[in-house]
Amino acid sequence: MYSQANEKKLDEIITHYPVKRSAILPALYIAQEEHGYVTDEDVKYLAQRLDLRVNEVEEIVTFYTMYSRKPVGRHKIQVCRTLSCMLLGAEEITEHIEHKLGCGINETTADGRFTLQEVECLGYCDLAPCLQVNFDYHEKVTTESVDRLLDGLK
Amino acid sequence: MTKVLTNRFHLLGGACDIAVYEETGGYKALPKALKEFKPEQIIDEVKKSVLRGRGGAGFATGMKWSFVPKESKRPKYLVCNADESEPGTGKDRDLMRYDPHQLIEGMIISAFAIGSNASYIYIRGEYWYIKEILEKAVAQAYAKGYLGKNILGSGFDHDMYVHPGAGAYICGEETALLESLEGKRGHPRLKPPFPAVVGLYGGPTVVNNVETLAVVPHVILNGGEWYKALGTEKSGGTKLFTVSGHVNKPGNYEVPMGYPLMSLIENECGGMRGGRKLKACIPGGSSVPILTAEECGKMTLDYESAASLGTMLGSGGVIVMDETTDIFETTRNVTHFYKHESCGWCTPCREGTRWLYKVFERMHRYEGRPGDVELLYDLADKILGKSFCALGDAAAMPVQSAIKKFREDFERRIKTNLVKIQKAAD
Repeated sequence: MYSQANEKKLDEIITHYPVKRSAILPALYIAQEEHGYVTDEDVKYLAQRLDLRVNEVEEIVTFYTMYSRKPVGRHKIQVCRTLSCMLLGAEEITEHIEHKLGCGINETTADGRFTLQEVECLGYCDLAPCLQVNFDYHEKVTTESVDRLLDGLK
Repeated sequence: MTKVLTNRFHLLGGACDIAVYEETGGYKALPKALKEFKPEQIIDEVKKSVLRGRGGAGFATGMKWSFVPKESKRPKYLVCNADESEPGTGKDRDLMRYDPHQLIEGMIISAFAIGSNASYIYIRGEYWYIKEILEKAVAQAYAKGYLGKNILGSGFDHDMYVHPGAGAYICGEETALLESLEGKRGHPRLKPPFPAVVGLYGGPTVVNNVETLAVVPHVILNGGEWYKALGTEKSGGTKLFTVSGHVNKPGNYEVPMGYPLMSLIENECGGMRGGRKLKACIPGGSSVPILTAEECGKMTLDYESAASLGTMLGSGGVIVMDETTDIFETTRNVTHFYKHESCGWCTPCREGTRWLYKVFERMHRYEGRPGDVELLYDLADKILGKSFCALGDAAAMPVQSAIKKFREDFERRIKTNLVKIQKAAD
């Protein structure tokens, strides 16, 4: 189902635990790496790989916010909205990105380039305001630095 | 001021390389612990240090370890809680990305003390690059014989794994974390039994915060009494504080326990941004009761001082707010957080946080009804102490303390009051 390297990685991860189902969170990241989001096939396949029922995988995917069951843009922009970032202007950052991309919160641009999300505390409170693009952190962002960042992402 | 945990921070990640860590005094405590200490002596030494859990609850670490039964049919586990997600907190992030081996060494010693042959570092999924730093560091530790079979010829075996979370604040609660690690939704478990008796996969388990475990090598090298003497009688040692908000130099600072809060703001953080006046401060992450500027002047950074002011040291997330801040809006913000992060398991928290936010929303639009401030307080009361785990309390306490101390910021949001204010202005 997955690339040879990822299948090998999954095999290895499963050995970390006395029960297979413990590998579900790391396994779902592999699914997202392969398909951009967790597809119906991923759910079925991982259920079979980890000796789970399909609904057991589904209930995990829907509980944890870092997994998506729908396609997302190539660059998932997640702006932290929680207190420390709010105090230093997170709302303005989000509004700026909305205008720039012509795309609302939880929406994807028509060209599939960007998905914009507001998320809760990312743990960069002393480096606020912050945002993540996929797994990359950007700290102390300003409207200007965000412009440069987004213009550079194809 | 003596620093214990942040001495390698200036290398900005250089100490991720095991050679650099060793050259700067690393992996000296582990051989000492394995050769010169019996497991129960390590626990005693940690008890002497008066080290208290740095994740938020502040439970005595040595005591927690001593609850683990010596004999167990099921394997024992050590779990490092690196799911740092308390708003205002980013200290474990730097402890892991700047000095991962300090944590790993602390974990191996701690595992030896409780007799555990396997440990997991449960790190929040957003910290993906730090997960990779830890994985590399763990691999280096294996290559050097600090992990694996018969560590340094001691006969002690230990395996360590890094496990990613996936964006759920509740998984910082230790029993929810264990559920998550077992591959389930992160719902908290009923206690007792406590994890020390029945934890991961049913085995006795110790769950400790990153900072707590990182202290352990220093206690072994220098002694529990030494560590304790760095702080106060009841709050031993030093602690990391993440300062965020309206200060000139936000950041992570390690100071001795008992250090005055205002000194941290004035000295380490270079004072208030723009020379403005301090209005309020949340001293231990968004879950703990807020302090007025006057209370901040009385607060020293230790567990007793926090308790005497009706707040908590929590995770050490110090959120500083100046005179331009509307405490209604900041409280609405954290209420949104708890509404979003409530795991849905118990009714008071699941429904209560939604009701709270609903009232906050109409007040935000200046459409508050007479009695809404009392309603918020009462709703918080219906959650406080009545939810399954501490997340409910964490949602309720900020609301109640903010209303008590900054009531005018809330009253302004009631529609009829606004009319009065506008009339007075005309």
